[in-house]
Parts: sequence; C-alpha cells; structure tokens
Amino acid sequence: MSSTETTNDGASTKVEGLQEFTLRLRRYDPESGKPAYYEEFTIELEPHRSVLDGILQAKNDEDGSIGIRCSCRAAICGSCGTRINDKPGLACHTHLDEALKRSKDGKITVEPLGNMPVIKDLIVDMDAVHWKKQARVTPWLLPSEPLPEREHIVPREAMVDVTQSMACIQCGACVSDCLSMEIDPLFVGPAALAKTYRFVGDPRDARHQQRLNDLAQDPHGLYACTHCFNCIEACPKGVAPMSQIMRLRRIASQDHHIVDRNNGERHEMAIVNSVKKYGTLNEANMIPDSYGGKLHPASARAMLASLPVITKALLRRKVTPKSALFHPKSPDQAQIKRIYREVGEREQRLEHNLYITQPDEDPAEIAAHEAHVAAAAAREAAAKPGVDQTGAGA
Amino acid sequence: MKVAYWPGCVSRGFTPELHGAMAKVAPALGIELIELNRANCSGCGVIAEHSQELADSLNARTFALAQKEIEQGADLMMNICSTCQGAQSECQERLDASAAYRAEVNKHLTPEGLEYAKGIVNKNFLWVLVEELGLEELGKLVKRPLTDLRVGPFYGCYIVRPTDRIGIDDEHPRDSYLELVIETLGGTVVDYAGAQKCCGFPISLMQPDTSFKMAGRHLGDAKDAEADCLVTPCPLCHLNLDMQQPVVSKAVGRDLQMPVLHLPQMVGLALGMSPKELGLSKHVVKPTSVIDWSTSVVGAVGALSAA
Repeated sequence: MSSTETTNDGASTKVEGLQEFTLRLRRYDPESGKPAYYEEFTIELEPHRSVLDGILQAKNDEDGSIGIRCSCRAAICGSCGTRINDKPGLACHTHLDEALKRSKDGKITVEPLGNMPVIKDLIVDMDAVHWKKQARVTPWLLPSEPLPEREHIVPREAMVDVTQSMACIQCGACVSDCLSMEIDPLFVGPAALAKTYRFVGDPRDARHQQRLNDLAQDPHGLYACTHCFNCIEACPKGVAPMSQIMRLRRIASQDHHIVDRNNGERHEMAIVNSVKKYGTLNEANMIPDSYGGKLHPASARAMLASLPVITKALLRRKVTPKSALFHPKSPDQAQIKRIYREVGEREQRLEHNLYITQPDEDPAEIAAHEAHVAAAAAREAAAKPGVDQTGAGA
Repeated sequence: MKVAYWPGCVSRGFTPELHGAMAKVAPALGIELIELNRANCSGCGVIAEHSQELADSLNARTFALAQKEIEQGADLMMNICSTCQGAQSECQERLDASAAYRAEVNKHLTPEGLEYAKGIVNKNFLWVLVEELGLEELGKLVKRPLTDLRVGPFYGCYIVRPTDRIGIDDEHPRDSYLELVIETLGGTVVDYAGAQKCCGFPISLMQPDTSFKMAGRHLGDAKDAEADCLVTPCPLCHLNLDMQQPVVSKAVGRDLQMPVLHLPQMVGLALGMSPKELGLSKHVVKPTSVIDWSTSVVGAVGALSAA
C-alpha cells in the first residue's frame, strides 16, 4: 500500500473544490502482538468536510481494517471521540481545513482518546473507564417518596439551569485529556462529575446531600480536580465540566456545610478568609488553615512533612521569619470586608452563567443595523416620489 | 509604556524574587510600573468556586482601580501571574457580557466612588512582551543572548485555557508566545509533553501525592528532553515546580534538579543582568549551581566583549 506517499499522481483527475489531505492514523491491534505504529493515508475531499469523512474514505478506498467507531456523523451520538493533532474532540465535528491549520507539519494526526485502553486503532474501551465512572455517581434521579400522583412541578429556571450538564453526549473527549486522571486513574473525572451536577441541580432529586458527601469524602472525588480547564476546552457541546465541578463544590460547602476529609472545604475557606482578613493570600497560613487550624494534629503532621521545604525557603531567604509571621493588611480592608458582608447577606446566590444567558447585544452593532435599515427606507422612499413622505412614519 | 501593575499575592509572598526581577527588568524594557497596591487577590479561581459574585466584585474592584490609573495615562493593566490572568479573565468575561450583572456588581463598589466600565485591557507580562513591546524591539534589547541554553516553556493552565476566554486566535497565538520569547532571547526551545499541562499546585493540599507526581512528570519529561531549565509566567506553578521540587523528586523517585526561571528573570538574563540581582539565588533549585553559565549563557558575553 502506497499510503505513506504524500503526493498523489491521481490528482490529475481532481474534481473542482477537492483538496488533498494527509491523515496520519495511529494503528494498534493488541491481538497482533505488534507495537502501535503510525500510518499515513492521502485522501481527497472538500476542505469543509470532516476528519471522520476523511478516515472513512481511507477505510473505504485503501484499508478496510482501520478501526473507528462512528454512527450519526452529526455531533449528536458521541461515538467518534478521537484526538486530532493532540486535541480531543469529535472527528465528525472537526473540519479538515481547521484540523490542517492546527497541524505542525501539514499532516492531520488522529489518535485514540487518552486515559482509556485501546481496543483497536481509534477505538477505546469506554466501558473500562468512562462508563464505569458514570455508574459510580448513581446517574439517575432519586426522587423523594412518595412520588407525586402526577408529574413533578418544578420552576422553569431550575430545569434551564441543568440543561448545560444535560447537553453531554458521553463522547469521552473530556475524560481523554483530564490531567488529574492522567496521574490518578481512580479520579472520578469530569464527565461523571458533570453528570452529578445534572442531579444535584435538579430540584426533583432528593439526595443532593448524600451525593455530594459521597464525592467530597472520596479521595478521588470532588476535590481531586486540579482546575486545569482541559475538559472545558475538550467538550464539543459546551458542557464545561470543570464549571459544573466548581458549582458542586460551592453547593457542598455553602449549602450543605460538608467538611470533607480531603481538606477541600477547609482549603476553600482558608483562601476566602485570608482575602477577607488581609486582601491578599497569606500563604504561611494555607497549610495550617487547610488542615484544620494550627493546633490540629493533621496540621502538625503536614507542617512536619513540609519542614525540609520550609527550611530551604528560609535558608534561601525566599521567606523570612518576619514575612512568614506578619502578613500586611490591605489599606482598604474595610471596603473588602463590606463587599464580603453584602454578598453574604444575599438570600439567593447571584450567579451569571453565560451558557444560559447570552452576552448583551453590542449597542454599536445595533446602532449600525438601525442606521442601515433607516438608510434603506430613505432610499426606498426617495425612489417613490408619488408617496406622501410626511405621513410615511405615522 | 506605562502599565497599571498588579503583582499578585505569591510574587510578594513565597516567590519574592519574581516581583523583584520584574521591578529590575521593567525599566530596561521601557515599562513604567504603576503598582496597584490597594488592589486585592484575584481569588485564584477558588473564591469564584466559593461565590461567583464575591470573586467578580473583588476583581471588578481591582479593574476599577486600574481604570483610574488608565484615566491618568496608563496604557493598560498588567499582571505577572498566569493564575491571576485566568481568574481575572473569567470574571471579566461575565462582567463584560451583561450590563445588568455589571451594574449589580458595581453596587458593591459605589460607596468608595469606584466603578468598573466594560472592556479593560489586562495582559500578563508575556502578552505585553509580544503584543505591546514586540519581539523585534525585545530582540534589539538583548545584550547577552541565551546561546546554548535549552529552555522548556511551562505556561500554567490559567493562561492557555479556555482558548476563547483567554483570547487565543490566529492573530494572537498566545499559546506559543513563550516559545517565541525564548527564541527571541537567543535560547533553544525544548519540546516536551508538559508545556501546557497542570503543575498540580491547586490540589497540593488536597491530593499531595497526585499533585507532586504531576509536577514530577513534567520536570522529568523536560529532563528527558535535555532541558537546562524551565521558564514560567506563573508563580503558583513555580511553587510546585521549584519550591516543592525536593518533595516532588521523592514522590517520583527521581533526582530531578531542574531549575525553573520566572519569565522576567529569563528576560533579565538576556538583557545582561546578573543572576543574583534577578533573585536566582532565592530558588530552591539554584539555576546558578545547575546550569553551567560559563558555557551556555555566558558564552555569548565573550562575543559581546569581543565586539
């Protein structure tokens, strides 16, 4: 097979609008006993067509053994999650020209999703990782008993709020590039936590506290997310799993007052309280405050473990005893405290989710549009001299 | 160029060498720093996790203070911390999107006569170098090119993701600026897996083992790619990569010895400043004891004196 050639002599018969692309696919068959390798295929399609179309052309025309999972081809079913030029996404939702633009060497590299074992070529074992983690978070509604005789009546806004997490199509793109999971494979991960918000945000569910407590206490749960934004970047549907994780943390600590054994809530409060007191972070207090206060045995253990680091920081004059013990207050601390008080006194949290609330329309754009309409109307009026113009706007 | 300068908390706390190096380097680049010493912590994403309105109000307050300086003639707001950049950009995205929400947040600022008006320009020092000063101008200022110095870029998550919020597009490939700056200063860019991954710092108190293994993997990858050092625009990354490196080395069972420079330090070295005045002696892994400056950086000084 001449698939590694980058030029194609057959291009002379090129139909107008078609462009040649080189796909570099990661091939691997665990049953073959051979290591993974990369193979190049030259395909010819319109640039707006998808990477999936390209792969299927290579499969049809050159090598039927290429393994790829796909179904709807319209970014709905979530089957064709792959990594394209080092970024996870849907092969059917990535245009060839866009993929080429992101390429470093003029070739489009397609690899299987990360963080999951490969079954063959671009097909990963979603059962082994993704679905197992989904099952971990009890992904169904647990309503209070007895059930209402007819339907649950809930406020409209409450359901609008969970639509973002409901937009998930289970493609696994976020799981693929989760940096916490890369190091800690037991981490429950972005997709499952976004699914958790789907129920914690649902007023019909009666187990919010239990769901949150379960995940907050799990060392591989709510507080194992490292805030890297990879899942937000990966998601083809705008679910923003990390944003859902932050909302879960907010509800766990603020509404259910869950104090977890992973120091998640204490760490959050350590930072919040430091800024309230000083206006800036007092790093010297972060360890003791996150471990339950200066006198807590866990604090003492953590400080002891950090002793070599602290000693070195002191030796290098990175930190001086004075800077460690005395943290300056902002000159405007009264203002900052007042802001804290005002926000804290609100009965209902003020949140602004841009997934639901679209940005304001640009006034300049609106003005330009109105001017355009007015000018067109004026031109039209001028073209019809017989019409009485004084009465036109009445 | 005059900037309303927000140094952040960590650069004045556990990485004082960063704030110091910035103060040294700015005049050499023609940047006048108007320090926002009444501004507050960006919340590093954690205050936003606690309460969106609180984080947005605190950052609106910082923006409003910066806008007062901009009214007085500053060109823009500048920060030196990837995490501040990301946390502030997140709040700015919400504040700029809705006049109604902005008005609600501004109510917290009115007693002191402050108000945030939509559209502040807030750029990390890295973006200022490339977009405001310009690489050509930066290149002209180089007195001691970082010849033979192999540098691994380490961005920090908050300054590269999400791309639309951070403003990365064809015109502003901000996720390749570190590489461009390294090359402009005469260094060699080291390509390794960790450049845009997480240093692990945000979970260092919750999941220390995962956190340190994250840092260890990237430091190890850089070492395997034969980097002499890393450079980062994020002081929080610096804490996990440098200050914690002895612990990180233990967590991954490998003697890493990988120096990590703050971005202004690397610029300062190329501008001819001494490692000591840039605070390199304050690092836990001292770049001065790991890098052979006589053959890498200083090699170019001979060329300079010959010229």
